[in-house]
Amino acid sequence: MNKTVNQKAWFLILPVLVLVAFSAVIPLMTVVNYSVQDTFGNNQFFWAGLDWFRDLMSSERMWDALGRQIAFSAIILVIQIPLGVFVALNMPKKGFWASFCLILMSLPLLIPWNVVGTIWQIFGRVDIGLLGYTLDSFGIDYNYTQNFYAAWITVIVMDVWHWTSLVALLAYAGLQSIPDAYYQAAKIDQASRWKVFRFIELPKIMGVLMIAILLRFMDSFMIYTEPFVVTGGGPGNSTTFLSIDLVKMALGQFDLGPAAAFSIMYYLVILVISYVFYTVMTNLDKRDGH
Amino acid sequence: MAKITLDNLAHSYLPNPTSEDDYALKELNHDWVDGEAYALLGSSGCGKSTLLNIISGLLHPSQGRILFNDRDVTMAPTTQRNIAQVFQFPVVYDTMTVRDNLAFPLRNRGADPAYIKERVQQIAHMIGMEATLDRKARGLTADAKQKISLGRGMVREDVNALLFDEPLTVIDPHMKWELRTQLKSLHHEFGHTMIYVTHDQTEALTFADKVVVMYDGRVVQMGTPQELFERPEHTFVGYFIGSPGMNVLDATVNGDTAVVAGTQISLGKSFGTPGGKVEIGVRPEFTSLSDGNEGLPVTIKRVEDVGRHKIVRADFHGTEINVIAAEGESISPDMNRIVFDMAGVNIYADSWRVAPMVA
Repeated sequence: MNKTVNQKAWFLILPVLVLVAFSAVIPLMTVVNYSVQDTFGNNQFFWAGLDWFRDLMSSERMWDALGRQIAFSAIILVIQIPLGVFVALNMPKKGFWASFCLILMSLPLLIPWNVVGTIWQIFGRVDIGLLGYTLDSFGIDYNYTQNFYAAWITVIVMDVWHWTSLVALLAYAGLQSIPDAYYQAAKIDQASRWKVFRFIELPKIMGVLMIAILLRFMDSFMIYTEPFVVTGGGPGNSTTFLSIDLVKMALGQFDLGPAAAFSIMYYLVILVISYVFYTVMTNLDKRDGH
Repeated sequence: MAKITLDNLAHSYLPNPTSEDDYALKELNHDWVDGEAYALLGSSGCGKSTLLNIISGLLHPSQGRILFNDRDVTMAPTTQRNIAQVFQFPVVYDTMTVRDNLAFPLRNRGADPAYIKERVQQIAHMIGMEATLDRKARGLTADAKQKISLGRGMVREDVNALLFDEPLTVIDPHMKWELRTQLKSLHHEFGHTMIYVTHDQTEALTFADKVVVMYDGRVVQMGTPQELFERPEHTFVGYFIGSPGMNVLDATVNGDTAVVAGTQISLGKSFGTPGGKVEIGVRPEFTSLSDGNEGLPVTIKRVEDVGRHKIVRADFHGTEINVIAAEGESISPDMNRIVFDMAGVNIYADSWRVAPMVA
């Protein structure tokens, strides 16, 4: 079959190209521009080549922040995904309580990040916070501004509180879409509760769960506001994640070049991990069958 | 294998049913004889699936009892009833291979691995899926998936009953025929009690020894395909079975004569004087056209040639009457009367058949 050649069709995608250019490509290119130059103010720039990237590669400060970031994302995924699925499995399927639970679950998702940070910042304070005061009165040494573990636990519990709902809601939507006949067939086949989960529910929610994992990974990898409000990255540097470090570098010290190089690395890491993750998951999905 | 008894059974999906209309399944007493193949026939929403789910224990009835071999199982869960059920849409365990799917019901009951292996092979042969045993069930066609569902239903030899809930809806026509034949031969071989729900009369009539026709939550007739054809006990059976269905006309009956819109018809048998809404029902197969002065005056609307025979659609005072004429029969414009073969005439009072008086 002969295809009609009509180059005018390119004009149809022009609006999208313009939009993407202004929303993503041009801003990204300014960052690329900064990353290869040095400045001493006065809007004077000097060519620096790949120096900033070389510096970054040997920067202990960056590697430490990256390590903390990976640890943080890994921990919250390991907690939030199973917990979210568990909550979804135990939510009522219909009726008043189903709506009630859905609204209750959505509440944390509707609170602005800095408010979440503030809530937990006050909640955890030993002098006036309910949590901090209670723990302290039990004789537990809890002080997130001084204690490394207390700071990490606070930041993680806060994130679990804030985002487990998202995983639960997605998993719940996946579970709701399973036709009754599957559960009936499982009863006829005398499948145990575990087998129903393993062979019916889990495969059926795998798709949405994959999206949940991706979203939670990307979001947690970019986390900034909440830990910044609660711990400010401390004590010491113990909760200084990548984005907190980046902001310190770019806006605190105004090191535009190194910060731009940092940003690009940061962006590439998220892109690569998400891509690898997505590819592995979709291949797992397709491996069989054909 | 078991005899299944329904005792005063009824079910309503409402928590507090008051009138009879609230019941999806109206009071029912029935024995499903051990080893027979039944078809449960009826239009959508008549309570077929409700009845099936009550038998398999997926649903507990609002009233009445259900007995397996005279043992009360009304409140027993599905797992204790040892029932196999196949659903309308394929249910397969996507992440398992076809082999594991078929073996699943046996494994869950702790059967011997050597036996499982042999039995799975046997079932795979029966459903024609030996070549795909080691593939994952995901990605197979709807046909193949439904065959797996059927296979999983048949894999256990000791089941009390095999229930099918419109299992061939998604299957290709040629495959339908083949699978139905296999189900039938399976029935002959193992003698399971089988209940097959369908709204397709051909499927019901070819599959079953006995056909149970349901209408509006009630069993209106149970009988062999021939009985359903010749002596429909309810006008619904007349409409529903046959293609086209039975002609039903309002009439008044007095003894052995019926009057249909002013025309007298001699019935040959006495029916007394039935009260209520009286109707006369005649299948198109027992109706013929005539150019004489006898019979009901009609206008022929159109003639449909369906190959084996012709269907004549005629109009009688606003009511459609269908006539089946032989393929070779010529239909002339003078034929403006229809006559009934008295062997095929039934009289109905309030939709239920009135038996003729024995002379």
